[in-house]
Amino acid sequence: MTDVPHVPVARRLLANRLFLATCVFCTGLAVCVLAVLIVSIMIDGVHRLSPDFIANFASRKPDQAGIRAPLVGSIWVCTICALTALPVGVGTAIFLEEFAKRGRLTEFIRINISNLSGVPSIVYGIIGLTAFSRFFGWRAGAEPIELGSPDSLLYLRLPFGSSVLAGGLTLALVVLPIVIVASQEAIRAVPNSLRQGALALGSTRWQMVSRLTLPASLPMVMTGAILAMSRAIGEAAPILVLGAPLMVLETPANLMSEFTVLPMQIFNWAERSKASFQEIAAAAIIVQLAVLMSFNALAILVRQRLQTPLQ
Amino acid sequence: MTMMSPMQTNPTTAAATMPGTAEPISIRAAGFDGFYGSFQALKGISLDIPRNQVTAFIGPSGCGKSTFLRWMNRMNDTIAGARASGTLTLDGEDILARSVDVVDLRRRVGMVFQRPNPFPKSIFDNVAFGPRLHWRHSRADLEDLVEQSLRSAALWNEVKDRLHASALGLSGGQQQRLCIARAIAGGPEVLLMDEPCSALDPKSTASVEELIRELRTAYTIVIVTHNMQQASRISDRTAFFFEGSLIEAGQTETLFTNPKSKQTEDYVTGRFG
Repeated sequence: MTDVPHVPVARRLLANRLFLATCVFCTGLAVCVLAVLIVSIMIDGVHRLSPDFIANFASRKPDQAGIRAPLVGSIWVCTICALTALPVGVGTAIFLEEFAKRGRLTEFIRINISNLSGVPSIVYGIIGLTAFSRFFGWRAGAEPIELGSPDSLLYLRLPFGSSVLAGGLTLALVVLPIVIVASQEAIRAVPNSLRQGALALGSTRWQMVSRLTLPASLPMVMTGAILAMSRAIGEAAPILVLGAPLMVLETPANLMSEFTVLPMQIFNWAERSKASFQEIAAAAIIVQLAVLMSFNALAILVRQRLQTPLQ
Repeated sequence: MTMMSPMQTNPTTAAATMPGTAEPISIRAAGFDGFYGSFQALKGISLDIPRNQVTAFIGPSGCGKSTFLRWMNRMNDTIAGARASGTLTLDGEDILARSVDVVDLRRRVGMVFQRPNPFPKSIFDNVAFGPRLHWRHSRADLEDLVEQSLRSAALWNEVKDRLHASALGLSGGQQQRLCIARAIAGGPEVLLMDEPCSALDPKSTASVEELIRELRTAYTIVIVTHNMQQASRISDRTAFFFEGSLIEAGQTETLFTNPKSKQTEDYVTGRFG
């Protein structure tokens, strides 16, 4: 063994230090970019933040303009998105992981769902426009069919047009693959030995899912769901395609109301040349970031809460 | 106890008895074949398992003893390509029939696995899992049942003050006894144990072995083990499997001291396996 040449210790230590330095540099770079972004937005916009800015509707005069309509619109759209995408997404994941027989067809479906999460959101916007706003051209040019009274929250107009319901459903399409993949991973993380244990006690598949795998995977499912919602709240492109108006002077009253969302408003203001519009765009970005961060904080909180249900 | 206890299960039919004795048979296999796809894992097994005794399955790895055990509660149903033919009955009723309700079968035939697999729930909820699947007990009855099951599994004194703490905080041996408590809480007649001590240290093994000896008064126990000393310590009857065939079965003492077959003798004396 003495014939085998040694790797000099000094060289190995140097390589170790170099690698560490590279890692620190990369991390630093990412943090710097984020810091520059936040600081520059803060400088531009923080003085524009005020209760009026939150409470006012959009205006041609930047000093009076506010984000009431897009903020409330974002909340409406995300609620609709969550109420539709989460049950469908989690249900799909449960089916694929716990009920579907492993075979070529399910494998094909699995792979394609993963692929779908890489499709640009504007494509989903076009699908949403065709399917939800226009019902594939059904009754094009004719008056829409009305169901219920416009005073009611559940008032419907077919097709949905550029309503808040169409927006929410379109965003649900965008986040559905994310919800499905995250839930699948969460369910897969439950050890098989637990499933065997539940079945050996005489559980039906559904009892096993509802009493064991779903509760056990819920923290991860919820985390995935909330991250999907933060994706939804940041989307502008699909909403733009739906033809949401740029200037909205009321908050939604029912599912058929016109609406706009924060990223749309930011986009609208940021592309104007006047400096004061740039400032309120920056202020709106601060609000958007605050909403995003509270979503992420909620995700962490929910995960911690659910992971320690026992003393 | 005033509640309708699921712990007392009465023999449903006047079952057959072990040859030459009055011992009733719990599980009977005759000409039983088991397959994974085209691979035949079990070849013509004929074996009677007496009620309220401990029957040990021994044999080298891959000899089919675990597979056979997993047919007794149809856990092999979850494996794609697993199928069986021949006779396998519990109290005279066909286990393999398509019409068998596996949910009820598995309530009557409990199982304890090789590695302790407590659910990520409280100790109480683990034991109550089975009863909750099958009955709507009142809270008080459920509490009684959980206590009784934990006492039967010799775990009550160690956990009675922390029933609502996570089961994952228990030691390996405690977890395995919890799994035994969980398996008996549903009121089975038979307990299948698939190498229940192989993941445990010697002290925990001793406590689980002692528990198995005690439980046989109430349950028919079938245990798969790699450990021949364990089989000789705890079982009344032993069956030796080799390459998918049942080589020899009989009273444990006879099988270990005076085996009929040369293969059995070689295995139990440690000459191979």
